[in-house]
Amino acid sequence: MKADIGSTPRSETGLRGLTRRALLAQGATAGAALVVGGGFVAHATQSWAMEVRGLAPATMATLIQMARDIYPHDRIPDANYAIAVKGHDEQSQEDPAHAAMIEGGVATLDTLASSAGHGSYLGAGWEADRVALLRQIEGTPFFQTIRGGLVVSLYNQKAVWPIFGYEGSSFEHGGYINRGFDDISWL
Amino acid sequence: MTAPFDHSDDSVVVVIGTGAGGGTLANELAQKGVSVVALEAGGRHLPDDYINDEWESFGQLAWLDKRTTSGGWRVSKDFAGLPAWIVKAVGGSTTHWAGASLRFQEHEWKAASTYGGVPGASLLDWPIDAAEMDPWYAKAEAKMRVTRTNGLPGLPGNNNFKVFEAGAKKLGYEDVHTGRMAINAVPGGDRAACQQLGFCFQGCKYGAKWSTAYTEIPAGEATGNLEVREHAHVLRIEHGDDGRVTGVVYAERDGTERRQAARVVAVAGNSIESPRLLLNSASSMVPDGLANSSGQVGRNYMRHMTGSVYAIFPEPVRMWRGTTMAGIITDESHNDTSRGFVGGYEMETLSIGVPFMAAFLNPGAWGRAFTTAMDGYENMAGMWLVGEDMPQESNAITLHPNERDQFGLPVPNVNFTDHPNDVAMRNHAYAQGSAVYDAVGAVRTMPTPPYPSTHNLGTNRMSEKARDGVVNKWGQTHDIANLFISDGSQFTTGAAENPTLTIVALAIRQAEEMAGMMSRGEI
Repeated sequence: MKADIGSTPRSETGLRGLTRRALLAQGATAGAALVVGGGFVAHATQSWAMEVRGLAPATMATLIQMARDIYPHDRIPDANYAIAVKGHDEQSQEDPAHAAMIEGGVATLDTLASSAGHGSYLGAGWEADRVALLRQIEGTPFFQTIRGGLVVSLYNQKAVWPIFGYEGSSFEHGGYINRGFDDISWL
Repeated sequence: MTAPFDHSDDSVVVVIGTGAGGGTLANELAQKGVSVVALEAGGRHLPDDYINDEWESFGQLAWLDKRTTSGGWRVSKDFAGLPAWIVKAVGGSTTHWAGASLRFQEHEWKAASTYGGVPGASLLDWPIDAAEMDPWYAKAEAKMRVTRTNGLPGLPGNNNFKVFEAGAKKLGYEDVHTGRMAINAVPGGDRAACQQLGFCFQGCKYGAKWSTAYTEIPAGEATGNLEVREHAHVLRIEHGDDGRVTGVVYAERDGTERRQAARVVAVAGNSIESPRLLLNSASSMVPDGLANSSGQVGRNYMRHMTGSVYAIFPEPVRMWRGTTMAGIITDESHNDTSRGFVGGYEMETLSIGVPFMAAFLNPGAWGRAFTTAMDGYENMAGMWLVGEDMPQESNAITLHPNERDQFGLPVPNVNFTDHPNDVAMRNHAYAQGSAVYDAVGAVRTMPTPPYPSTHNLGTNRMSEKARDGVVNKWGQTHDIANLFISDGSQFTTGAAENPTLTIVALAIRQAEEMAGMMSRGEI
């Protein structure tokens, strides 16, 4: 069974609140909005931080950007992408082979970015440029592990469902028999 | 109320599986006074337990034992370990099914005669016909309270249906309605009326949908003649020196092996496990597997020609609200070879939630081509396309040479490649499905590939002649008088229709014949 079937995301949350000033004082910026420091990745404006133990924090910052570039939804905040890839840090703490695959994959991505004149993956300013880099590695186990995991770990977060209009469980509301199962008006 | 039978009691009928076939057969026999032990690999989940959450429910109900895949079908690439989306629980896949209850069309019982020679297809006529099945269908429809039969009203149309219906009518289709569904539009038969939850696939929490889990099984248990053993995973069927089956060996939840003696064994484990069980029951006397003198066990695996069309509109549809599959267009279900293929297909409304849409809309896809489609979720309408696929000998369930399951037994490999007729039909169906939505202003239509199989058919097929199949017209194996097949694996051909109603009708009919054979001392 592939990674995107039958598993649910390990962590619905796992992000900590943090003041912006506190994290900016500690870290270096990575990409547009992420800040990387010793053992953490944080967001410059959205007041969250994530402890990173199994991977290099810069690697996690790259994974978060990569997650958005693979499944870009402009109305989904970075925090949900961070939650979606956090499982790789947890798995890396227990599985050195997994950590090596992730670190190696990100290193390859940065090398490709450097060859293309971007410095690093996060240094490529346009999504199209980053996607062009991802296209070069899409057949690799690294890419497919990240992409396959996201199918569940991103789209099965209840917090993102309202962004798609999806209403989730209906039983506790008595179904839709009195709540618009046939309310279409534009036909 | 359950009737505990002794493991050594060789007067019982052992039914393996409690879904549409096994659950119905077990109850029908129990009603006739026959002692039945039903062995169910899964646990017992009832409406209170069902979960309105796609992945959580999948984890609760789905059959997730190890399986492998091969062949040209895309499922083998995208879901290599999940060839089928079926259920491991009391009630089997009647927990998960959508409720569509369609009779075979007359010609679909005689596919070989009707379609003639189709190169590469192993078509065969059923040894039964529409007239033979008519009274059994009537009993099944009454039992299941199928809408638009026996004076029962149809379900109300939801948003997804209204879009589908409007498009169909603009396109000129004539036979469009909310389906013949084994879902109560009005209360009855100890089942509530549908409350339009939108989670038919996750088990109906109101019990409005017919499922053996809360209809046939408790009714059978109430007679005192039926004992259902849960978490009883059958490993092999045993036979005596005379070739007749004598009992089955199963594993309990903790792995403990038990043997249940039997007068008759009926196999109803769905079309992957049923042939696998016969193959795994090989002995020195039957080295190719039980009831396999024809070599047909596991072959002719069918899964219906399927596909979906989702369409995005400028305004919201909210297709997830309400009964998942209460909508049908039957205009393409006839056999009209001018379309470039034999057989036909049904178009049925369908919706899946955001979590499953992400997994199934275009497996493996990424980037904005995919995510902009997901962004249109609220404005989507959806339909499923289900048509007759061609049986092929090489589409088969076989035992994997190396891979073993949790009990140390060879896992099943599911090999499947579309027949050119399947491909031609799917392309036609994609075009027509898209046209339905284009007719009412779709801005984007998406031909969506088949999901892991929900309709698994044909791997112990029914045949007039013993050399052509595995079972006779009663579902009794050609080789062994007291061994029966009671699920969709006995289908000779698949027709264009969702199979459950036919499985149930065959099970009611089989129970009648089996009880007769027993009382006459034939088995």
